[in-house]
Amino acid sequence: MALISCKNASFDYDGNTVVSELNFEVDTGDYLCVVGENGSGKSTLVKGLLHLKNPQSGEIIYGEGLKSTEIGYLPQQTAAQKDFPASAYEVVISGLLGSKDFSPFFSKADKAAAKSNMELLKVTDLAKKCYRELSGGQQQRVLLARALCATEKLLLLDEPVAGLDPIATNDLYAAVEQINKQGVTVIMVSHDVKTAVEYANKILHLNNEQAYFGNTAGYVESEVGKVFLGTAPQANAALGGAGNV
Amino acid sequence: MFDIFAEMLSYPFITRALLVGVLVALCASLLGVSLVLKRYSMIGDGLSHVGFGSLALATALNFAPLAVSLPIVGLAAFLLLRLSENSKIKGDAAIAMISTSALAVGVIIISMSTGLNTDVCNYLFGSILAMSGNDVLLSVILSIVVIILFVIFYNRIFAVTFDETFARATGTNAGLFNMLIALLTAVTIVLGMRMMGAMLISSLIIFPALTAMRVCKSFKNVIICATIVSVTAFCIGMFFSFTLDIPSGASIVVVNVLYFMVFTLVSKIKKA
Repeated sequence: MALISCKNASFDYDGNTVVSELNFEVDTGDYLCVVGENGSGKSTLVKGLLHLKNPQSGEIIYGEGLKSTEIGYLPQQTAAQKDFPASAYEVVISGLLGSKDFSPFFSKADKAAAKSNMELLKVTDLAKKCYRELSGGQQQRVLLARALCATEKLLLLDEPVAGLDPIATNDLYAAVEQINKQGVTVIMVSHDVKTAVEYANKILHLNNEQAYFGNTAGYVESEVGKVFLGTAPQANAALGGAGNV
Repeated sequence: MFDIFAEMLSYPFITRALLVGVLVALCASLLGVSLVLKRYSMIGDGLSHVGFGSLALATALNFAPLAVSLPIVGLAAFLLLRLSENSKIKGDAAIAMISTSALAVGVIIISMSTGLNTDVCNYLFGSILAMSGNDVLLSVILSIVVIILFVIFYNRIFAVTFDETFARATGTNAGLFNMLIALLTAVTIVLGMRMMGAMLISSLIIFPALTAMRVCKSFKNVIICATIVSVTAFCIGMFFSFTLDIPSGASIVVVNVLYFMVFTLVSKIKKA
């Protein structure tokens, strides 16, 4: 059975359907990229996968004993976090809270887990630094370490490279790839479709419904993929035409 | 100076005020850090106006002030969160709405019962004579409960304050903790309101947090620093209130303002 299977799921805001008829499966070890334009339903799907939003119809089924609280989530940053006085270590270890039922304090094992995840993402030397004083790339690494504290199975990344410079972007992609190779399933929402086809083994393209789902090689050859990647002749023509108007 | 402190402590009403005040200052600073960071600073202000209304009601009906205020302000805290989370009225507008309507109701009740007199002035700007023996016991117990709950849930309060979406996604009941923070704030405000005054109590919540955030780099240090600032500002404020014969609430707020200015200056110098 697949790790996540989405069956005929649709999502709405106040009765307006945002994205409908989603049918896809994610298996353990997959690296799935969710692509599509702004407003195509990517973020809504993320909320659905996190159980922050119930589907309007259809269902999302978690297999292989994956609990909904075992998803490591890397959210888009909020304005409030930009001036938040917290050390990087405090942020990372807070990722472990979801797995603790009642115990109010962190155990030695928790602290060790936080440290090893910081090691993995090379942010150990930032542990005592203030989160708001880190660079964008460092902040994302810290949040990724926190996400790893919450899961050993599935990472869900929402536009992880938005606002990062090229070097930090490549670093982050490399870190995610490394995590994926260690057996953690990755679902990444991204604008950056060119990099998506480079790293992911599966692509889900949304335009308020499911425009494409399948492996990456098939996506590059598909009509919708060609248009979005800019490799289709008619896409260039269409863009040129739009430019003249 | 120690002579003056010894003299202050020889008055029972001042020892009562100091005891309750220190505990309330401690609670307010703990909760304040979370409220300021969650952009909920105005909740304290809104709730204190509701507290004013409920005090007016309690006096008119001749009930014990705390017994009437606690449930009313608690309910208002609950409503405020509900309003700002669910509806189309945004948080700040919801707070302005609730606080002005509570103030209006309070003024009407006062004018119908006792008329505008010194009691009203005490509600608005505080009086250290406000604490009776019974109040002190209840206040001490409640503030200790607030502190214990805060310590137990410290890590979860941090998680919910830093990133509510992540906390929700990984299975922390963020709504419950928002409610807990709001209810603890309501209790703290009711306890501190009669000493500090309905107009001034919210400063006890926001100032220490903002002051500590000028210089501290981790959440834990901000919390510790805020509590120290809050408690010392309270004691220094009381001292000047006694020696210069000025209202205690206002005096404490001014000390907090000075703290804030000094800490801002320190952070500027550190950066330069």
